[in-house]
Amino acid sequence: MIRFVATRLFAIVPVLLVVAVAVFLMLRLTPGDPAAVIAGDSATSEQIEQIRAGLGLDKPITTQFVIWFSGVLRGDLGESFFFKRTVASLIAQRVEPTLALALCTIVLAIVVAVPLGVLAAWRHGGWLDRALMGFSTLGFSIPVFVLGYLLIWLVSIKLQWLPVQGYRRLEEGLWPFFKHLILPSITLSVIYIALIARVTRASVAEALTEDYVRTARAKGLPELAVVIRHALANAAVPIVTVIGIGLALLIGGVVVTESVYSIPGLGRLTVDAVLARDFPTIQGVILLFSVAYVLINLLVDLSYLVLDPRIRY
Amino acid sequence: MSVSVAEAPPALTPRRAAWGKVWRNNAVRLGGVLLFTLILISILAPWLGTIDPAGIDPENRDLLPGTSGNVMTLTGENFAHHFWMGTDSYGRDIYSRVLYGGRVSLLVGICVAILSLVVGIGIGLAAGYFRWLDAVLMRVMDGLMAIPGILLAIALVALWQASLLTVIVAIAVPEVPRVTRLVRALVLSIREELYVEAAVSVGTSTLKLLWRHVLPNTVAPLIVQGTYICASAILVEAILSFLGVGLPTDVPTWGNVMAEGRLHFNTFPHNVLFPGVFLAVTVLAVNMLGDGLRDTLDPRFNKRGDK
Repeated sequence: MIRFVATRLFAIVPVLLVVAVAVFLMLRLTPGDPAAVIAGDSATSEQIEQIRAGLGLDKPITTQFVIWFSGVLRGDLGESFFFKRTVASLIAQRVEPTLALALCTIVLAIVVAVPLGVLAAWRHGGWLDRALMGFSTLGFSIPVFVLGYLLIWLVSIKLQWLPVQGYRRLEEGLWPFFKHLILPSITLSVIYIALIARVTRASVAEALTEDYVRTARAKGLPELAVVIRHALANAAVPIVTVIGIGLALLIGGVVVTESVYSIPGLGRLTVDAVLARDFPTIQGVILLFSVAYVLINLLVDLSYLVLDPRIRY
Repeated sequence: MSVSVAEAPPALTPRRAAWGKVWRNNAVRLGGVLLFTLILISILAPWLGTIDPAGIDPENRDLLPGTSGNVMTLTGENFAHHFWMGTDSYGRDIYSRVLYGGRVSLLVGICVAILSLVVGIGIGLAAGYFRWLDAVLMRVMDGLMAIPGILLAIALVALWQASLLTVIVAIAVPEVPRVTRLVRALVLSIREELYVEAAVSVGTSTLKLLWRHVLPNTVAPLIVQGTYICASAILVEAILSFLGVGLPTDVPTWGNVMAEGRLHFNTFPHNVLFPGVFLAVTVLAVNMLGDGLRDTLDPRFNKRGDK
């Protein structure tokens, strides 16, 4: 058990290192002079020199990496060119909306997708099954921002049930907070629901063909217990895995959803930083998202131990 | 090898039987026909009653769908035109922009699929066949896969000046590790097959072995993967344009039309909805084609009965 945890922890070290090198190299591999790219078209040569010195671009590239990486390890992601603040403080300020949106979306997606997938698998080939498969192909195809605007148009403008855009902090009251998160969470969760429901369906359908399910039915266990305790419990590993892998989709969707709904989170920060060519901030946000993704998938790996007692390492 | 072992039966070769099965699949048919129509529309855009998609006309700003009006071009031509999808706030015809936008979307989708497949196949074959390369290559790929694809694409486009080529490369880069993993997994299972062992035993060179015996057996899963990459690339291109980091705003792309339209969304929702519908239908067509191909071509899924 401890050995398994240690092996998994150790395995993410090279992954994180590659991420760090890739994020670091992104700027250095720019065609032309990165300092000039950062400074933009209207910069004077002094400004370019200043940026070059600030980035330490005159030093050899390995030295640059060591300086940058040791800073990252200490939580120092550098200084934003555009916002004139440290990247770490910018990120800290923007974490709450993104975290709130992501959590709402994940909870909503799991609550909707898992029961739907189980039902579809249970009535394999039935109308619900076919409807769900159709919906999931549609869910993969409809762009997040098209769906977002459709919902705004329908729910907020035509029906006027919910606010159009914006975000309220949790301190401003629970209902305003959730009211502003309902549409963004629905928008973002559709593709995630499509993904999780598909895997749940396939995984549960496979489990339902196993001998132990027949045995459970034969001994007269209620159907609900058969499906939940026997089939779903044994199908849990792929479902949890896809929830972890799907986070990559979710992170991409966050960037778009926050733009559509004017939510001042990390996704919005990424877009603003890209438009302002604010590279330290872009690097910081990408690094943060990637590390979060790797760590959550590590947790998913570790959850196998609980979900499937057969797995021994 | 010069000896042909078995002559194929004259009526139905295995290959033709496989394609027949593909064509009998409803998802393939519907997706294929839809996609073919969309490609045709994009190619024939100049002859389908469109006007200059980038032509700015202050007289025709913010027209509602279905309005008729006069178009005045920069060269002084004046003619009547029916704006059946309306215009944007620069007076550009949405219908023309949507039709021409299809060219960009489909071109990007197809090019990204081909580019990421070619690069991914190269790296995947190397990793799967040359074991000493495997550990290093796969660690790098694992690391790249940890970076969310859209973020990587956004950052790459921001670094390079956005052009058709840079957008294609930026979207293809995050897809490469996924193709690599698939190819590597396929190669690892194929290299254990008897016919590979047989080829090695008669002294086939490594390169010829990969080309003649390994690569052909990766084709079916890769076609399926390529279709999904194409669908996702079309979406990512639209997202890049929509966020304002993709192709320059005067280039008619679906994302650009929507980005312009979102500013006046409350009063003119159709500027977002028309290109949005085209985008969704295109991606849906490609995804349906992919699902159908997967069901009929990819034996791994057939075995599991996953329809």
